[in-house]
Parts: sequence; C-alpha cells; structure tokens
Amino acid sequence: MTDASVAQASPGTGHGHAEHRHLLSVQDLGRSGIEEILRLTDTFVEVSSRAIPKAPALRGKTVVSLFYEDSTRTRLSFETAAKRLSADTMTFSVGTSSVKKGESVRDTVETIDAMGIDAVVVRHGSAGVPWQVAQWLGGRVSVINGGDGWHEHPTQALLDCYTIREHLGGNDTDFTGLRIAIVGDIKHSRVARSDVLAYSALGAEVTLVAPPTLLPPSLVGWPVRVSHDLDDVLGEVDVVGLLRMQQERMGEALVPSLREYTHRYGLTAGRLGRLADKAIVMHPGPMNRGVEISAEAATSARSVILDQVRNGVAVRMAVLYLLVGSGVSLT
Amino acid sequence: MTASIVIKGGRVLDQTGERVADVVVEGGRIAAIGPDLSGSTTIDAGGCVVAPGLVDVHTHLRQPGREEAETVQTGGRAAALGGYTCIVAMPNTEPSIDCASVVKDVLLLGRDSACDVRASAAITVGRAGERLTEMAELADLGVRIFTDDGNGVQDDRLMRRAMEYAGGLGIVLAQHCENEALSVGGHMHEGEWSSRLGIPGQPAEAEELMVMRDIALARLTGATVHFQHLSTAGSIAMVRAAKAGGMAVSAEATPHHFTLTHAACASYDPVFKVNPPLRADADVAAVKAGLGDGSLDAIATDHAPHAPELKELPFDQAPPGMLGLETALALALSELELPLAEVLALLSWRPAAIAGVTDAHGGLLEPGRPANLCVIDPNATWTVDAARLASKARNTPYDGRQVRGRVRHTFLRGEPVVLDAEAQV
Repeated sequence: MTDASVAQASPGTGHGHAEHRHLLSVQDLGRSGIEEILRLTDTFVEVSSRAIPKAPALRGKTVVSLFYEDSTRTRLSFETAAKRLSADTMTFSVGTSSVKKGESVRDTVETIDAMGIDAVVVRHGSAGVPWQVAQWLGGRVSVINGGDGWHEHPTQALLDCYTIREHLGGNDTDFTGLRIAIVGDIKHSRVARSDVLAYSALGAEVTLVAPPTLLPPSLVGWPVRVSHDLDDVLGEVDVVGLLRMQQERMGEALVPSLREYTHRYGLTAGRLGRLADKAIVMHPGPMNRGVEISAEAATSARSVILDQVRNGVAVRMAVLYLLVGSGVSLT
Repeated sequence: MTASIVIKGGRVLDQTGERVADVVVEGGRIAAIGPDLSGSTTIDAGGCVVAPGLVDVHTHLRQPGREEAETVQTGGRAAALGGYTCIVAMPNTEPSIDCASVVKDVLLLGRDSACDVRASAAITVGRAGERLTEMAELADLGVRIFTDDGNGVQDDRLMRRAMEYAGGLGIVLAQHCENEALSVGGHMHEGEWSSRLGIPGQPAEAEELMVMRDIALARLTGATVHFQHLSTAGSIAMVRAAKAGGMAVSAEATPHHFTLTHAACASYDPVFKVNPPLRADADVAAVKAGLGDGSLDAIATDHAPHAPELKELPFDQAPPGMLGLETALALALSELELPLAEVLALLSWRPAAIAGVTDAHGGLLEPGRPANLCVIDPNATWTVDAARLASKARNTPYDGRQVRGRVRHTFLRGEPVVLDAEAQV
C-alpha cells in the first residue's frame, strides 16, 4: 500500500514520527486510502466466511481496546477483528479501571504502552483524544480512532461505505451519481462527520436532513446539501442513513418533542413505502425503534443494518492488517 | 549618598513624544533626563527605547490557592521580564479576592515582587454572582478595579446595583462579558472549526449580549465600565459606538485575540483553549482595527498560568487560559502595524489610567517621578521557548514562534529588576 492510504502523521500529531501509522480521521485516508481498505476488506469477508475464520497476520501483535465510553458493538467488533487476525487483545474499560481512581488519560496510555503493545483503539467522549494519544505515544504504537466525542468514527464510515458498495455498487468503489441522505442528529454525530467525508470522497452526493437545531452551527466547507424536509428527499435517494436520536437532547430544547421529531424525520412505515425501488436503509446502532426508525423499516428487506455490523468486523480486520500487520500471507 | 544609575544613549519615549537623552535614576526616582549625564553605574541603551514601564490590567497570579501554577513572586518576575512594572491581579483565586484580608494578603506578597502588584477584587462574594462585596472597604485599601473575571455577572439587576453603588467610590467595574445561558458547554468559538472538529462551541453573541447589556446599564447608572478581553467584531463595534456617544467606557484586548484564530484548535492541543475563545479571521482584524483607532484602550495579557497536567486533559476538560506576560510586547510589535508610540500607549499609559496608577506608572518620564521604566530593543528578534519562560507554567501558545521586540532592562522604583533580559530578583 502507498503512504497516502493511511496517514503517518495526522494534522495535530505534529512531529512526524513515522514508525507507526494511525487511523485518526477519514481525512487521513483520502479516496485512494478508502478504496484500498474496501478492496482489502473483500479478502477479510472471505476469511470470515471460512469454517475456521482465522488468519495469522497479526500473530505476536497486541491490540488494546481503550474505551472511555460504553460501547458494545464497536469494542466487540474490534476485538473480534483482532482475534481473527490472531492478535493478542487487551481491553481497558473505564468502569473497572484505574481511571476510577483518578488516573489521567496520558498516564493510562503510557502505562499500557510500557507493557509493549502494537495498536490501541481509543474511544473517548471528548473530541480529539486519539490525536492527543498519538502525540504522547510518539509513533511507537498505531492509534485507531474508535470514536471521539462528536468528531469522528472512521471505521464506522468505512464499514458504511463497504455496505453501500456491497448492495449498490458491485465491486465499484466509485460512488459518483449515488445519492445518500443522512437523517437526524448530525450536530452531535461522529458517525455523520466521518460518513460525510467518506461518501463525498468516493463521489456520492450527500444530503443532510435535519431540523436546523440538529445541524452543526456552520457547514462551511462541507460537501453537502441540506434539507429540513425528509419527505422532499425520500423518493430520490439511494441510501437513507438514520442517526440515533438521543433522549437527552430533549433537555436542550433542540426539538420540542420526540413525537414531533418522529413525525417530521422518522423513517415510519409510511415513508418506507415511498423509497425508490433499490434504496437501502442504514443505521449505525443502537436504534431507538419508534423514534428515528420504525420497526417495519428496521426489519424490512431494505434494511442492511445487520450487514453493517457483519462488515464492521471485516473492515476492522483490514484496518488492523494495514496498520500493524506483520506481512504474513493471508492465504 | 545613594548610588545613581545612568541609562545612556536611548530614545526616551513617553506620551509627550520622543527624544534621544540619558536618564539618571537615583533614590527610586528619575533624577534627570538630558544629554551627556553620568552616574555611578552606566547601563547602555544604545539602539533601544527607554519608556515608562508597561502596565497589565489583567493578570492571573494564582496565589492564593493555585501556587503550583504561579505565585505572586514568579508571576511578578515574568511580568518584569516582559517589561511590566505594574500588574493587576485578578480575583479568581482560591479563596477569591473578595474581602479585605485576601486583598491585604496579595498586596503583602507583592511587596517582594519584581513588579508593582495591585489587587483587583470581586464584584460579588466568592464570584458567585449573588451579593455584592464590601466595595467601599476594599476601595479604601486601594482596590481600583472590581471584576468577577473568569465569569461575568449574569444577573442584570445585581449588575445594575453594582454599577450604582460603585458610582460614589471612584472605582472601575470591569466585566468578563459572557452570557452563560448561551455559552454553556462551549469550549471554543462556535463556527466553521467547532463544527468540523466536533468541539462544542460558544457563539460570539454570548460575549456581545453582555457588552450590549452593560453599555445599557452604564447609560442608566453613569458608572465607569471597563470591558475585559473583547474578542469579537460585534463587541468592538458596540464599544466604538458607545464611545462616540460620549460614554465613559474603556476596553482591552489580548495579544492572543490579535494573533491567533479558532483554526489553531484543529490540533486539539488545549494550549489553544482560552476564554473568550480564539475567534475568526474577521474578529482578529476587528481587534487590530480597534487597537488602532482607539476603540480599544489597552492591550491586556489575561496571563493565565495552568499546571502542565491540566493542559494535557482532553480539550473539553482542560481549563481555559494562556500565558502572556513575557510575550505581549513582542507580539504587539510584531503583529500590529502601529507606530511604537501607539503600541506603548496601549501597553503602558492607557492601561495605567484604567488601573488608576498614573501617579507611579505609565505616562510621563520626568525628573521626580518614580523610576518605573523599561528599556526595549524594538528590532531584536527572538524565538519564544516555553521551557525558558520565568512563569511557573508552560502554557504558551507561541512556543517556537519568532517575534520582534525584546525587553532589555526593567526598573522598578529605580531598582534594575531585569538587566540584559535576565531577572535580577
């Protein structure tokens, strides 16, 4: 693979430690990097379908999950991916750790590093923590952003791209002409930020659908169109990606009620019927059934939500392989 | 007989103008200014400007309570190295400077400092925004500036009362303008970069609403109001209009608000987190214009030291604030396209007037005045090195930046507290 595919030093990581590469932002990848990961993912989908879904590519490597936020699917997905590549895995969850005793992120990270590790997947509620971790570790360890605050969730965007390609693109990673709507709480969504970057890098037309209160305050530089009316865009999109509508947003006066939100922006059974023939429905999970997505939509033939989860493992295998793989043949 | 010092061969620059002359300092005062003077010690000022010492109306010294970040002693030394002879300590210490005993404490600590340390005091007890401090008693101790800095006074009625009560005391009410209902949860300027970076922002309007309110309340009460660290084009426009209308308002801006923008936050390095936050390009241009046209009276540092471990927290958990005392003059000389005399007006005599210290600082260099001076080489270039700052903390956003203008010597009450850019105390 080329240097362009995964950044050696992302903006902010500063001083050009080139020993280990990171995946901090979709922006680090660019189009060619995304395409490379999607192609490699095919191989790992095949590996995952074997009777014994294991490859020795990361034998002797240690991958740590450092999760400062509760997460079931992302953490399990990364750990499954690492194990299928024969890596040793360690999990560091905040609930049971020294963080409860007041340890700083930096001290925790340096402690884990001292044990001798190859990659760390960082999930944190504050934007930018994976950049800080990459800076502190000075290139000794590959840092993978497992979701930082409202900012980014690059592997989610990669698995979303893979899933769209699987259903709509055949083997083609060119999304030109594809129309994708991302619906819901864009403002607070790291998934939306990474998806916008990835979809548009591959050439798709992205429309953000949300009430103005759930959009970022500024969309300067975002390659998107905006709509405040889901019904307006419903018939003309190939992909509807829904975002979780969080109950706690009610307290911030961002929408008057979940009832009104669902009425205006929920993918109800009625709206499901108005989608174009081949259109697919996506959701990063966890779903709020009956709020942003109806049970009918979640379980319909258009729903590719479980494919997203399935592909997540293979995509993360590809990312780990590229960043820390030992070069062992996969076949 | 006391020893005398002659500062030889500099351009002597004060608010009356500029001339090449020697300055003799004796007994803590300026003894003579003129050609071919001599003294028992000679200090060379060739190629340099001899000016009144700088005055900072906005310094966080962290003592009492946060001595791991800064003390009156270390902050005073940093100030002297930056050319300051007088700094006003902000009251957001622990405990806050909100009663006579803490004021006396800070003033006592300041006696051994390399800089003349004045205490400001809080407008409300504990800076909690609920009831007024005993302003008259504090004013009698010499407190001139009252502020809840770190926070603005949110309650409109309480602020009105503070302004009315202050009216009889000859004091200045200084406001950290931030409407907290709008800014709550915001860790940087709300806009293009906060949206992209996923960092919760606070809008410019959170500052501007309080500027607007306080101009209205100042009109109502006739109080003398000073606006701290203005950072938005809208705020500056309102102050400009208020001044044009004849109101007794003054305002300051910080070096970081005319040198850095919110784009710096893309590094996620909390060294760029400050409150009010770094703003957009147009705001930086407005701050520069405001400093040039008199809408802004003073450059104030908002020197805000923080212990290193606090600036290594995630961006949204780190405390806001940057060091400023040792870099303010150089940044002003490097970044503002203003004549040296204008820069010194912004850093010395106008803030001296706001702080009420013109009897000893700023203004005039003439025989008989206290010898609070700085000697500046306006053309010397140097590189900011965080590790070499005198401040206890290291949170300068300018580490590695090349700047122009260096303080060579600083004299406090006639004592050389800085010689050849080295602190003497």
